[in-house]
Amino acid sequence: MGHQILKTSRLKKLLDRAMPIILSLGVFLAVATVAGLIIDVVSSGWHRLSPGLLTNYASANPAEAGLRSAFLGTIYTVGLSAIICIPLSIATALYLTEFSGTGRLSSILRYNIANLAGVPSIIFGVVGLGFLVYGLGMGRSIIAGAFTLAILTLPLVTVTCIEAINTVPDDLRLGAYALGATKLQVAAHVLLPRALPMMLTGGILGISRAIGEAAPILVISGLLFIREDPVSLFDIFTVMPLQLFNWISRPQMAFRELASAGIIVLLLLLLGLNAAAIVLRHRLTRRLT
Amino acid sequence: MILERAEEAVETGEVSEILSRPSDEYVVYTHGLRVLYGSRPAISDITLGFRRNTITAVIGPSGCGKSTLLRCINRMNDLIPGARVEGKVFFNNEDIYSPHVDPVYVRFRIGMVFQRPNPFPMSIFDNVAFGLRVNGIKLTRDGLRQRVKEALVKAALWDEVKDRLDAHAGTLSGGQQQRLCIARSLAVEPEVLLLDEPTVSLDPISTYKIEQLLRGIVEDYTIIIVTHNMQQAARVSDYTAVLMPDQSGVGRLIEQGPTGEIFTNPRDKRTEDYIRGKIG
Amino acid sequence: MIAETVARSIRRRRQQNKIFTFLFMSSAMVATVTLVIIYATLIYESIGFFQHVNVFEFLTGVKWTPLFEEKNFGVLPIFNATLITSAIAIALAAPAGLASAIFLSEYASMNVRSVVKPVIETLAGIPTVVYGYFALYFLTPEFLRQIIPGLGIHNALATGLMIGVLILPIVASISDDALLAVPADLRFGAYALGARKIDVVMRIAVPAALSGIAASIILAFARAMGETMIAAIAGGFRPVLTSDVRQAMETMTAYIAQVATGDAPHGTVEYQSLFAVGLFLLIITALLNFVGLRVVKRWAIKY
Repeated sequence: MGHQILKTSRLKKLLDRAMPIILSLGVFLAVATVAGLIIDVVSSGWHRLSPGLLTNYASANPAEAGLRSAFLGTIYTVGLSAIICIPLSIATALYLTEFSGTGRLSSILRYNIANLAGVPSIIFGVVGLGFLVYGLGMGRSIIAGAFTLAILTLPLVTVTCIEAINTVPDDLRLGAYALGATKLQVAAHVLLPRALPMMLTGGILGISRAIGEAAPILVISGLLFIREDPVSLFDIFTVMPLQLFNWISRPQMAFRELASAGIIVLLLLLLGLNAAAIVLRHRLTRRLT
Repeated sequence: MILERAEEAVETGEVSEILSRPSDEYVVYTHGLRVLYGSRPAISDITLGFRRNTITAVIGPSGCGKSTLLRCINRMNDLIPGARVEGKVFFNNEDIYSPHVDPVYVRFRIGMVFQRPNPFPMSIFDNVAFGLRVNGIKLTRDGLRQRVKEALVKAALWDEVKDRLDAHAGTLSGGQQQRLCIARSLAVEPEVLLLDEPTVSLDPISTYKIEQLLRGIVEDYTIIIVTHNMQQAARVSDYTAVLMPDQSGVGRLIEQGPTGEIFTNPRDKRTEDYIRGKIG
Repeated sequence: MIAETVARSIRRRRQQNKIFTFLFMSSAMVATVTLVIIYATLIYESIGFFQHVNVFEFLTGVKWTPLFEEKNFGVLPIFNATLITSAIAIALAAPAGLASAIFLSEYASMNVRSVVKPVIETLAGIPTVVYGYFALYFLTPEFLRQIIPGLGIHNALATGLMIGVLILPIVASISDDALLAVPADLRFGAYALGARKIDVVMRIAVPAALSGIAASIILAFARAMGETMIAAIAGGFRPVLTSDVRQAMETMTAYIAQVATGDAPHGTVEYQSLFAVGLFLLIITALLNFVGLRVVKRWAIKY
């Protein structure tokens, strides 16, 4: 048993010390990009912010242009898509966790939800165009856009709902069954109340996603110049990210500023939504436990 | 001093032999050792010596801190967040917790085998060679093969795997995997080998093989084995230390001595009760 | 009497149960039905398309000019653009994402982790038009043009880099999960042999998590191929077959956006080209996702 000289190099010791610093460069890159993005947007668009931004219609004159139609379009389309998507997701989640076994049907259904999640967002628009707009005759309308967005966000919200249901402790479930409750009763009285906060968060995540999607709506509605408020679900429409796309594509400096101001509005909207989600979840969770 | 001299030798590029310490009686010696997890003490006031080239068993009921004690000896407690070690642990008369000591080096000289076999997801050969590669020990390909073979022979595993060194370690049985872990530790030729309940998840035959191989290698190593199986302690060890929780659940050393005496003529009543199966 | 009431209640509840089970099952089938509709619609219109255009020409032609007077329908230019921008994106996202994941799972304390991980996930939540704006108005003029001469205002490089930032969280998140799944036992075993942290991470943890990491890269690449707005804003609408990343080049997704901003009447070959290109894109991303999900499953089984 002899002792061995270790060629544990100085280099390796140094590398060991330096590793966390080197690795955090990866994080730094990402964060710096976003920080730079926000700073740039805010600095170029800040002075263009005004109430008129939300109340004015689109215009060829950048000084008069505003987000009114796009904002209303977003609210109606995304709102309708949430009304479609959230109950559907909850029902799907309940089925996959409580009402079905672990049989083949269940795994095929889950598999297809994952597959749906992998479909590029613009494909939803293309299919929406062919199937909903022309095939079913919905026209290039709010309702076509809403269905498209609802299906697009379905996997995300469903998965969150499934996770939400899975957080409910088993003893609660089993206790309810032991008392003679049916699956429906367990779902309604035990699972849903408990899982609701997280499901709500999932819903809001879905809404955030839908608000930011431009590509599918671009295909369904095209790039339109709308100067009226929508009155029915079958009206033509546009959404905020699309209006921004329009402004970004114009070469004039004034439109660039308009675009940055619009981006600030959009980001604030998303920020507010997500903050509300966190607050809501805390409140509801505290009330239940 | 060993550590500083090794670094010196590396710096000047000399290939010189590190002189062994004169053989003091205790290779490893703890003094007033106390470990807290957060604010809760797990073991306290442990003063205990381990003699060179012997097998010492550390016994006691579950949860009395035997594993915690073991982890102090090779500074594995450093890796547990919230663990605080107070007191001294001497290895070859040097306090391994003094600030200039590199814990990585301590673990190179003091090896550990765990309760559940934990072979790496790689080939048998790569498992055994891992310690050598990671510590930068320069060997030729044949030299490396030789070291791996020696380690596997000592761990009584060579005959069973010599034809399939490239096979994935996961293809071995539980007992074989544990012997692989022993071989892995032996490959770097530590002075001390710590084993934390190594046979608790194994069948009696594997247990027997491991106990035999430990007795076979003890003339070259100092072995400390934690076990809650008293028959194993009686079979395998030369010395025994008994740990017991006090009223507040803190593990304390209540007795130590040659194994024969501890089991036939224990001085402390609690030891006697434990051995007779009345407690723990 | 009580037994009667209870028996009736049980029967009623059983019926309700049946009705709702059926309802819920139908909901669960929506995803599957949608996939069928997606493929059916794309295939249906593509059949119409391929009555005008030769499949071979589509798959191997090097000129793509469906919106011009003289129509060529070789998909290679826009397919090439998609591949190039996605390759640039993954060249950025894979190392940076993996480094982030290793940092988060192996080095960061709980406090640091609880701040950094949500920040990374936020990256994926930023609307892609905003990234497009940033690429066009900041990344190219203020940054890239300073270091690369001859860079067009629309170019593949900025497009790819920006998509890279978008998909970084995918690599980071899935790789982080993969690394966390490596059992602590293995790490302790390595430390006990005198390994330093860098050895434990690079020789044990990362190799053990490799299939999860590979899956994350495959899935991120598929996401990059499907990205539209960044490509439309920063990459431009000029279909050209080239390997010069300083140039503007139109990706498949940007082409679809281009046709949508125009007005291709229903039933024309331009309209149908949307579906042919869409089907082509979908098949490729579906294959990638299939491989990626398979790899993830194999990793999950190992433990």
